[in-house]
Amino acid sequence: MPDVCQEETPRKIKNIMKEAANKTLQMIKTAFPVIIGVLLVISLLNPLLEQFYPQIFTGNYVIDPLFGAIAGSISFGIPVASYILGGELLKKGVSLLAVAAFLLSWSTVSIAMLPIEIASLGKKFALLRNCWCFFTSIIIAILTIVTLKVIQ
Amino acid sequence: MKFLWLVIGSYLWAGFFYRSYTAAALKNFVQTLVNIVPVLIFVFTFIFLINIFVQPAAIKKHLGSDSGLKGWLYAILASILIAGPPYVLMPFFGQLQKQGMKNSLIVLFFSNRNVQPPFIPVMIYYFGTPFTVVVSVYILIFAVINGLVLGKILDKH
Repeated sequence: MPDVCQEETPRKIKNIMKEAANKTLQMIKTAFPVIIGVLLVISLLNPLLEQFYPQIFTGNYVIDPLFGAIAGSISFGIPVASYILGGELLKKGVSLLAVAAFLLSWSTVSIAMLPIEIASLGKKFALLRNCWCFFTSIIIAILTIVTLKVIQ
Repeated sequence: MKFLWLVIGSYLWAGFFYRSYTAAALKNFVQTLVNIVPVLIFVFTFIFLINIFVQPAAIKKHLGSDSGLKGWLYAILASILIAGPPYVLMPFFGQLQKQGMKNSLIVLFFSNRNVQPPFIPVMIYYFGTPFTVVVSVYILIFAVINGLVLGKILDKH
């Protein structure tokens, strides 16, 4: 193998790893404040709100996922943040149906990201995709819970 | 960061008026944070590894307008392997859209942001394996359905 190739491959690998590290660091820089913020909000508001959860989240197959999907649509961040938040809400008595819709709409619907999506992919694409995914989040949540009830 | 500053501001305000309540909330926050640190380390390590092995040039090559059925398979694979914030991915796919990537494949990609190797173990940790498996299957099925339906509407006009 020529000397040039022998030198280039380790350099190429080094560059790829450096770029991967930079991308990951950028993601951490963005995600970490959101995760910390979300955890702080849960810790502050949960003791006040948890008494209302049984009245709001009754296990209704329409209302629960609707509220969950609405909450997820106005939130944003790395999906892991939604799992953490969803897990905590589940412990406090929110139904799995609502949490499932919340997780799904968190990552597929984003009102906060709408301006970026419109600018990048077009207004029609952005509005249609978000509206459609809002409803499919609810449908997937319902199907998931029904399937779990059947198989368990 | 603005969001975090807003939350910190809320804590300062709450701490001024409701000291013991805020102290309890902070204690709860620290306990929860300690529990999730190993989870976050796992997730970001995995994302780092994926960033090494999945390169943008490869995505461009396999998801273009002439990609056919293979394009759908690559789009599903890309949606599973590529984790990234929307404000990075959307402009990237906006460029691909201009270069001829089908709207159906872009919709498919953005319909699956949950079924990804770094996130599956976390979902299992919080919600159990049965939930994770079932919801993941439905997410992938509906990602394809979303792509087919919206692709027909968007590409028609």
